[in-house]
Amino acid sequence: MSLDFETMAHDCGEWLRASGPESDIVISSRVRLARNLTDFPFIARASESDREQIEQILHARIEALQAAGKLPAATPGGELHYINVGKLSEVDRQFLVERQLISREHAEAEGARAVVIDGGERFSVMINEEDHLRIQVMHSGLDLETAWKEINQIDDLLEEQVNYAYNDRLGYLTACPTNVGTGIRVSVMLHLPALVITRQIDKVFRSLQKINLAVRGLYGEGSQAMGDFYQISNQVTLGMPEEELLKKVADVVPVLLEYERQARDFLIRESQETLHDRVSRAFGILRTAQTISSEETLHLLSSVRMGVNLGLIGDVAIPTVNKLFVHTQPAHLQKLAGMELDQSDRNIERASYLRRHLNGGKPPAGAN
Amino acid sequence: MKCQKCDKPATFHITDLVDGEPKEVHLCEVCAKDFLAPITQDSDSAMPEMAGLLAQQLAIGQTAEELAELDQRVCPVCGISFLEFRKQGRLGCPHDYVHFAKELEPLLVNIHGETQHVGKTPRRGGANAEQQTQLIRLRREMKEAVTKENYERASEIRDEIRSIEQAS
Ligand SMILES: [Zn+2]
Ligand SMILES: [Zn+2]
Repeated sequence: MSLDFETMAHDCGEWLRASGPESDIVISSRVRLARNLTDFPFIARASESDREQIEQILHARIEALQAAGKLPAATPGGELHYINVGKLSEVDRQFLVERQLISREHAEAEGARAVVIDGGERFSVMINEEDHLRIQVMHSGLDLETAWKEINQIDDLLEEQVNYAYNDRLGYLTACPTNVGTGIRVSVMLHLPALVITRQIDKVFRSLQKINLAVRGLYGEGSQAMGDFYQISNQVTLGMPEEELLKKVADVVPVLLEYERQARDFLIRESQETLHDRVSRAFGILRTAQTISSEETLHLLSSVRMGVNLGLIGDVAIPTVNKLFVHTQPAHLQKLAGMELDQSDRNIERASYLRRHLNGGKPPAGAN
Repeated sequence: MKCQKCDKPATFHITDLVDGEPKEVHLCEVCAKDFLAPITQDSDSAMPEMAGLLAQQLAIGQTAEELAELDQRVCPVCGISFLEFRKQGRLGCPHDYVHFAKELEPLLVNIHGETQHVGKTPRRGGANAEQQTQLIRLRREMKEAVTKENYERASEIRDEIRSIEQAS
């Protein structure tokens, strides 16, 4: 089934709807499984004809499952879309990266590769990424348990169709030894602006690393994440059952939520005027700017998002702000505008898009 | 022995591939870290320093000769050499976990703290997965036989492939 990216661009994936538990701070919960077919070399060693064969086999198996009405059991959105990533334009590939449906590596790789996406964008399967199969399920808010149940079911269905590389000692065999065993990566994406402002974020990360959890920024590199979004995930995949690895991540989230909320309370208590000023200025710029970069947008939206959660800004809803984080990314802007735009045109289009969506239809006093 | 990039004592003896020829490099810990910085990163970046970690594991307690010898070892199924794995941090096929089991063990301990899988197991296929992995080798050998116009050998291999495929 073909997918119209222009139509898709107007909406956002289920995981951004801010409908799940704790969704003021927890943006999404994600579980990913790495799997390989046992009778093909791993991708690094696969010839182009190997890659094509792997792609064809998996395509056929997934379509058979769909035809048998099995896969939608886990996908309320219904239909599945099979997308040949190698045949997409650069903007379209970037578009899928921005929606977190494929990895940057998958977008930039060469050779036969694909992604399967369900209508609600809750699950996706990358074919021929670092491993033959990278299955992912993503939910809004803190909801790891359901995500694991769904992905486990999808994995069971696929496993009835193909033979996975597996041995009794090391479990599921993966291209990189960091994923071997369960092949599972459990992660939560958190919005932690107050911990960043109060300079506690590094301390928090060091303590997470001590208990073998990995932290990375959502946009940009290193620990200074743009937009204050951080992804926490398990580092170990071998020697512990899936449920325990899931619990390791799940157990630390309430602690992080508590820290972030304490930091927000502290800011309100000790420097409410400064905080209110910061949030209001951010909102003001986003509502009136005539040209704005993607970096500045992420930075300001983060303040606005916190301001909305703290009741300092009244007339915007969190799902709207969540959506703006994705819709102001370069590929989304171009899809929404219906044309290719260079960087300076994108900055103008981005500012105009933000003004339209943050002014509730009417321009603020004194601006355009 | 002194580090080749600075004057500190060299504690890392690394075999590098220069123009296809293995070459020994002797470095201190600081310079070794730079030298071993991974070329590619795991898409989930959980362990980007994996390749460096791996080489460290190997460098400790091994002479340059032992390392050079190890690096030349090749997986009979996919043909990857241990050196190639060390360079890219990615294995070539499922059989590598069997063929390089001894060498991978300290690495797995370092990353995961464990060497025995617990958790989900495939309901089928798991048991004879290793036999099926041999299909990778057989298909490769069949292609070679055909190229060499050794059709008798090619047809033998084809029968072997079929018997494994039917058993699954
Ligand atoms: Zn040195
Ligand atoms: Zn191999």
